[in-house]
Amino acid sequence: MQTEGAYDLSTGAGLIACPRCDALHVERELEPGETARCLRCNTVLASPRAGAFTRIIALSFASLVLMVGAVFFPFLEISRMGFGNQTSLFGVALAFSHGALMPLTVAVLGSIVGLPVLRALLLVYTLLPLSRNRPPFAHAVPAFRLSETLRPWSMAEIFVIGTAIALVKVGGLANISFGPAFWAFCGLILVNAASNAFTSAATIWDAIEDAGVATDGREIAPEPRA
Amino acid sequence: MSAPADPHPADAPIPEAPVLTAHRAGLVGCRSCGRAWPETETTCRRCGGALVPPDRRCLNAVWAWLLAGLIFYIPANLFPMLKTSTFGGLRGNSESTILGGVVELMHYGNHGIAAIIFIASVMVPVGKFIAVAWLAVVAGRPATVGAAHKRLALYEVVEFIGRWSMIDVFVVAILSALVQLGFVASIHPGPAAVSFALSVAFTMLSAQSFDPRLIWRGLPLRSRKDQE
Repeated sequence: MQTEGAYDLSTGAGLIACPRCDALHVERELEPGETARCLRCNTVLASPRAGAFTRIIALSFASLVLMVGAVFFPFLEISRMGFGNQTSLFGVALAFSHGALMPLTVAVLGSIVGLPVLRALLLVYTLLPLSRNRPPFAHAVPAFRLSETLRPWSMAEIFVIGTAIALVKVGGLANISFGPAFWAFCGLILVNAASNAFTSAATIWDAIEDAGVATDGREIAPEPRA
Repeated sequence: MSAPADPHPADAPIPEAPVLTAHRAGLVGCRSCGRAWPETETTCRRCGGALVPPDRRCLNAVWAWLLAGLIFYIPANLFPMLKTSTFGGLRGNSESTILGGVVELMHYGNHGIAAIIFIASVMVPVGKFIAVAWLAVVAGRPATVGAAHKRLALYEVVEFIGRWSMIDVFVVAILSALVQLGFVASIHPGPAAVSFALSVAFTMLSAQSFDPRLIWRGLPLRSRKDQE
């Protein structure tokens, strides 16, 4: 147990180092809605939001539902002079399935379907007990760290913009119509953006360490029961 | 999150107060969760991340990934990205490289799309190679506070924009899945798609390996307000 604002320069307890510029800050309890920024480089250190954990869980479930729709419904349809073709998300990934381009199929499927799904599951797993002020599940720490590591590699939003460009490219050549999967995917982007806006990694790490008590002053809460 | 830890008490951000870095205090900060630990620790006990002191060791990885990205960027430009055949090859089969595709789009008057593809596939990757290389060269050299802020801004731009280069790979995938109209028109991906994707991934890894704390090493200890 430690009181707010107390720190120990020999053990680092109660101190936060900016991940961008290494400036040391004294940890302090933040109200929901407050944002802590680094004094030197202005990087956001923590930004707890009221009810964030519950909302992230809800948004993760929403993204899983939308992803099921995005994968199994037709994505785009094209027709020209009686010739037509329809493709799903799997069809897009399988475009690279010939010979040497094969690994790209895995990469494309992973970055637009696999990683967003995995991240949603990991976030739910990490935050479900925390949102009810319970101690985290076993292995919540590696689960959340994996989710943070995978963040830049999950490229659903880039894929949607890519779709728009591809459509303009073939727009003059043939008639294109959107399938339900396209709209599901657009919804997925909005849901993911909202989820990211609520995510404050520092706050979640604090909550994991404090066994479910969402505080920013780490040792203010009772000792973890671990 | 309120004030420099030493020698002033919390909640007293004195404008002229020097910034104490974890490194100078004999601590090492966790890059994934921010927790400060004694320098002897190697793993963060909160998030399990590796604790690495902000020194030039990380630059080896930066250079290695950057070189790999650069090597794969060459075939990405030499080989065709798309193979198009219209009317069973009667109207000709065309193989377009990245630059060829841009020129073709310009030719058809799609200046906006040509600009997007050119920016995402040529300007951004090349700019990233130059930016990361420059950051790695000047890393750890004493700079003014203003210069450090500019370098950090550049790093953040590189980090943010890097993944958007993947857009060209997705465009190729969508086009080749969609445009399969038998005799009328069909599009197939070319080998450049793989090397371009690898090049983008390697440069992303290169930017991720760069430790932005190096930008601030060797600075006079001053707070953010001093430079204004």
